[in-house]
Amino acid sequence: MKSLGSIRRSFAPWNDPSAKPYISFENVTKVFGDFTAVDNLTLHIYEREFFALLGGSGSGKSTLLRMLAGFDEPTKGRILLDGQDLRGIPPYKRPLNMMFQSYALFPHMTVESNIGFGLKQEGVPKAEIEARVAEMLKLVKLEQFGKRKPHQLSGGQRQRVALARAVAKRPKVLLLDEPLGALDKKLREETQFELMDLQQSLGLTFVIVTHDQEEAMTMADRIAILDKGNLMQVATPAEIYEAPASRFVANFVGNVNMFEGTVAAREAATARITGASGAQILVENAGDAAAGNTVAFAVRPEKIKVSSKRPEGTVNAMQGEVYDLAYLGDMTVYHVRLDDGQVVKASALNSSRVTDDPLTWNDRAWISFQPDAGVVLTR
Amino acid sequence: MAEATASLSSAAQPAAPSFGDRMFQALTSRLVIIVPYLWLLLFFLIPFVIVFRISLSQTAIAMPPYTPVFSLQDGLAAFFDQLRELNFDNYVWLTEDPLYFNAYVSSVWIAAVSTFFALLVGYPVAYGMARAPAAWRPTLLMLVILPFWTSFLIRVYAWMGILKPEGLLNQLLLSLNVIDTPLLIMNTHTAIFIGIVYSYLPFMILPLYSALEKMDYSLIEAAQDLGCTPISAFWKITFPLSLPGVIAGCMLVFIPAVGEFVIPDLLGGSQTLMIGKTLWNEFFANRDWPVSSAVAVILLLLLIVPIMIFQFAQARAQEQGR
Ligand SMILES: Nc1ncnc2c1ncn2[C@@H]1O[C@H](COP(=O)(O)OP(=O)(O)OP(=O)(O)O)[C@@H](O)[C@H]1O
Ligand SMILES: [Mg+2]
Repeated sequence: MKSLGSIRRSFAPWNDPSAKPYISFENVTKVFGDFTAVDNLTLHIYEREFFALLGGSGSGKSTLLRMLAGFDEPTKGRILLDGQDLRGIPPYKRPLNMMFQSYALFPHMTVESNIGFGLKQEGVPKAEIEARVAEMLKLVKLEQFGKRKPHQLSGGQRQRVALARAVAKRPKVLLLDEPLGALDKKLREETQFELMDLQQSLGLTFVIVTHDQEEAMTMADRIAILDKGNLMQVATPAEIYEAPASRFVANFVGNVNMFEGTVAAREAATARITGASGAQILVENAGDAAAGNTVAFAVRPEKIKVSSKRPEGTVNAMQGEVYDLAYLGDMTVYHVRLDDGQVVKASALNSSRVTDDPLTWNDRAWISFQPDAGVVLTR
Repeated sequence: MAEATASLSSAAQPAAPSFGDRMFQALTSRLVIIVPYLWLLLFFLIPFVIVFRISLSQTAIAMPPYTPVFSLQDGLAAFFDQLRELNFDNYVWLTEDPLYFNAYVSSVWIAAVSTFFALLVGYPVAYGMARAPAAWRPTLLMLVILPFWTSFLIRVYAWMGILKPEGLLNQLLLSLNVIDTPLLIMNTHTAIFIGIVYSYLPFMILPLYSALEKMDYSLIEAAQDLGCTPISAFWKITFPLSLPGVIAGCMLVFIPAVGEFVIPDLLGGSQTLMIGKTLWNEFFANRDWPVSSAVAVILLLLLIVPIMIFQFAQARAQEQGR
């Protein structure tokens, strides 16, 4: 596979075999009654990493975080922090802090007392607490709200108090359970970048839970995709997007077109896939797909070209009819129904104001893509 | 913008309600507020005025046993004459005989000690109930209320059977060789404390339970996450947040306990001094209605302070949205 690299920064301890993971889940299983919430999961997180747990509702994200924080113990397996087995260590002795999904602000305390709570617990001198609280209030832009009680704040303000409270102790690891859920889109985007800055400037390890893939892609160094308590893939956002490991991951993150078929021939990295209707696709990066395997070729919409005539020199081209079309300003999304019935999504960047090849509803059209435009998925 | 909203709302209600309709709506909404006030007026204020008026009268060997008795037939002049007969002599009398003062003090003291023990016993029970699996809670609540299904009097009599020198408790302790002479609990303050704590415990448990039950458990987790041991999390988070329940429970026990007379009478023996018992004696044994009314009025004034505290706590809890 070609290296996709990290777009964000050259921070990739997970590629370094000598790097020691900071947090390790080793064969962790968590069972509630007869329900397995986390199933034999192994995962390594590195120091100063911004790590995102992404998955649908009930996939076990919060459970993982709660086990790390010490509110639940794994049924089987162990969790290591900096080489130390955390089993039996109560939450108040673990050097990590959590921002709760429900914020869990203390309703009988002011914003200031909420933020200073952990420091007071630690026995930090009063003047120092005050200074740190002021610094935290400034960080989350709530300077005027220090004397208020949580019920006098808006949802977004409460969320920022919860964040400030979790960061105030300067924990080695900050656990964030859906930290931005209650914010509107604009504030959410702002806060995402603030969180990234915070993580960078304090040099903390962040483990963030989210079910918003865009949020995970924006912020995280690596993303773990969870489904029903199983780890589906752990990789950088770019790898997750461009080289998903399974149909589930490809479908879960972003839009994708799946061309299902069987491998007819395999030669070096190149494979020829025959679809159910007999259409042939030539692909590169065939991975471990062997001849006779049932596979899917997953191609993202922006890598598919739509044209009225069959483009010259493309190996993979199929004909169909424009079935739906959405002009979004910066790009146009086409839904093309192929002659075998499959609907293919393609998006085209509107890089010039006038197109020489205008396509509209019910027009006959060709879709085409390069042999390396997608990935071959066996799972 | 304002115009837009106005037109919107008029569009939502095509026909403005008629004057009659609006009157009716205003009346019904008033009525809802009036009902509790009417209730208070009928069953609290009017009886209180009657009692207060009797407390200003003099005893008499008559039916009813006090003068003056206002009667509408005597005419207005007689009414004003009789009005002049009313005075505060009975209240002066209360200050002259130390019996009453001592009875008040001892009542407040006994009620306070009992309330403290009821809290001590009730809090862990309520906490356990609130933390029990949700499926068990209705059953547990039921168990707390269950004693109310038996007559209060019978339950107090049952305690006499338990506490008396040859009673069940002493028999048990003697047979277990824990003690070798029977404990003298009956006819002491201890017996009254036990009686009051036992009888009023549900009134302590229920408000505590409701305060503890609606508390978000993640608050405790957050406190622990920030470095609290479970015990310090209890004192810093759970207890302060349950304070409205603590105050409500204490007031619900303290207020009736101050005026309690059955328990001191049956369990406390003859030498216990409690204002409820004094009142009962004045009323039934001495047939001195005016003095017993004065005792009752003073008792009520004494209790207004804790009632105000209770009100204030309730209002504050509501304001905090909990
Ligand atoms: N204490 C518990 N008892 C029983 N089942 C539980 C318990 N906690 C979690 N579960 C179950 O475990 C599964 C995973 O829960 P978890 O809270 O980890 O989900 P999540 O991924 O955080 O979901 P969401 O995005 O909705 O927060 C769910 O099906 C949930 O019902
Ligand atoms: Mg969750």
